[in-house]
Amino acid sequence: MPELLLHQIGPNASLQDLGREGYLRFGLSRGGAMDRLALLEAAALLGQGLDIAAIELPSAPVTLSVDAPQRVALTGAPMLAEAGGRSLQWGASHLLEAGEALSLRPTGRGLYGYIAFGGGIETDLTLGRRSAHFTGGLGRALAAGDVLPLGADNKPSAPPRKLAADNRFDGGRIRFVTGPQTELYSAETRAAFGAARFVKSSHANRQAAKLDHQGAPFAADGQLGVVSEVIVPGDIQMTGAGEPFVLLAEHQTMGGYPRIGAVIGQDIARVAQASVGVELWFEQISLEEADRLYTPENELLRRIRDASEPLLRDPREMNGLLGYQLISGMITGQED
Amino acid sequence: MAQMPQIAPIGTEGYLVRFADRLDDGANRALVGFAAALEAEEIDGIVEVSTALASVFVRFDALRIARADLVARLQGLLDSRDWKTESNIAKKRLWRVPTLYGGAAGPQLAEAAKLAGLREEAAVRELSAARVRVLAIGFAPGQPYLGMLPERWDVPRQTELTPRVPQGALVLAVRQFCLFANETPTGWRHIASTHMKLFRPEAEAPFALRPGDEMIFEPVSEHDWALLETDPLGGAQLAEAGDA
Repeated sequence: MPELLLHQIGPNASLQDLGREGYLRFGLSRGGAMDRLALLEAAALLGQGLDIAAIELPSAPVTLSVDAPQRVALTGAPMLAEAGGRSLQWGASHLLEAGEALSLRPTGRGLYGYIAFGGGIETDLTLGRRSAHFTGGLGRALAAGDVLPLGADNKPSAPPRKLAADNRFDGGRIRFVTGPQTELYSAETRAAFGAARFVKSSHANRQAAKLDHQGAPFAADGQLGVVSEVIVPGDIQMTGAGEPFVLLAEHQTMGGYPRIGAVIGQDIARVAQASVGVELWFEQISLEEADRLYTPENELLRRIRDASEPLLRDPREMNGLLGYQLISGMITGQED
Repeated sequence: MAQMPQIAPIGTEGYLVRFADRLDDGANRALVGFAAALEAEEIDGIVEVSTALASVFVRFDALRIARADLVARLQGLLDSRDWKTESNIAKKRLWRVPTLYGGAAGPQLAEAAKLAGLREEAAVRELSAARVRVLAIGFAPGQPYLGMLPERWDVPRQTELTPRVPQGALVLAVRQFCLFANETPTGWRHIASTHMKLFRPEAEAPFALRPGDEMIFEPVSEHDWALLETDPLGGAQLAEAGDA
């Protein structure tokens, strides 16, 4: 069985898929990739389905190799990728030769990069899936020296493909719908929330991301009296101090802090991917509008596949060119 | 206050059916029964049903059922009977869990007993006789909120967190027990310990408990309790519950 060797890897990297559904009643949230679209993109590039698994790299550099030729898909937050002296385009698939070291380095744009493999990652299933769920106690962070089993890549010579560009790594507008607890907030507080400009806090992990803003906190009326109710992904929860947290992949299944609304599925990755200090703001949309925007993930996968294009070899990818050397120098500067 | 039960959209793929706006034992029994009946209907397009302390969550697939149809089905089921008096809830299950009270296994038993106005021995008698229900599972996978205890146990949470309470700890606050699935910090008072593991991902039945299960925490000696350490369920016995 082909193997993936992790030579070097940063903290909190983990194996992720689209998570486990159906366990809310037992206290386990869906979990899965922080940027689900990135997994669909990888599946589209590699000709895989919704059962795809990838390595999630939260601003975590990695150096890895495979012991048999494999296509790799690089998606999510852009990283600087190079293998065997070639620099590899992000948002695309590439062939990685056996024994060739692939290194990925964060660029500071977006938080979660992903790498998936043409043969798939073939670790054992737990509750039907492979993803780590840190708060649920499933799996663990990946570490240097880890060896993961891969499936054989049946189509290593399939031509590499690339994705259309996307701006979900740059913050911006976050659409949300109101919910059953929105009424706990006065009209003034809701208006102030809609007008506020937030920046992504460093206080963010797979469970939730805090958003900072200048100005008064968003206090609910009767905040302390809320009985614990189900939490849905994207819920905008205010702490006792009235500071918003957007609840993400590994959210708790229920909570007693009031929620002003919920970010729609399409914009959750935009919150998760925003780097520290990037600006975000909220725009309330109606449920009817949200329903019009709703696209199931199998349909999204089909659309991404249709929009992807053959990857043409770019001169910048070639060895020894001045451009490549300049980029390489810049990386070293950032790391210091 | 809004009229209960109440159906409201939550997020873009779900509805909340609220039975109360505060924790209420009767409402919790009613909603557990409603959730079971809803699942038994096997409505096409409902992909998940989950219960919390005072509400039921229903997740749906908009391509298989329209919002208006879903709401009509939920309302129809709500109106079909009086869920507060409904007694044919799916077979009840009763757990008897060997429990070591006080001492190092329950360092805050004396403190909790004092807040309830009881001596330690009387507190253990009352708590170990209490037949509590799983009101909801959450906070950690498999971890139950259990109630309701007699009124004298309406003791507040501590303002300071206990930094570390072990897996299997039985803790108490606001007329409820919580049985911890993992080691965790808590504001609840640690009164006893069990060896029951609530979430075993590799097991055939990974989650021991279901909402609506009943539990009795029966006192055992330190010697007997220690012998149960290697049993995944810590000696907990499951039976179908009678009404006694």
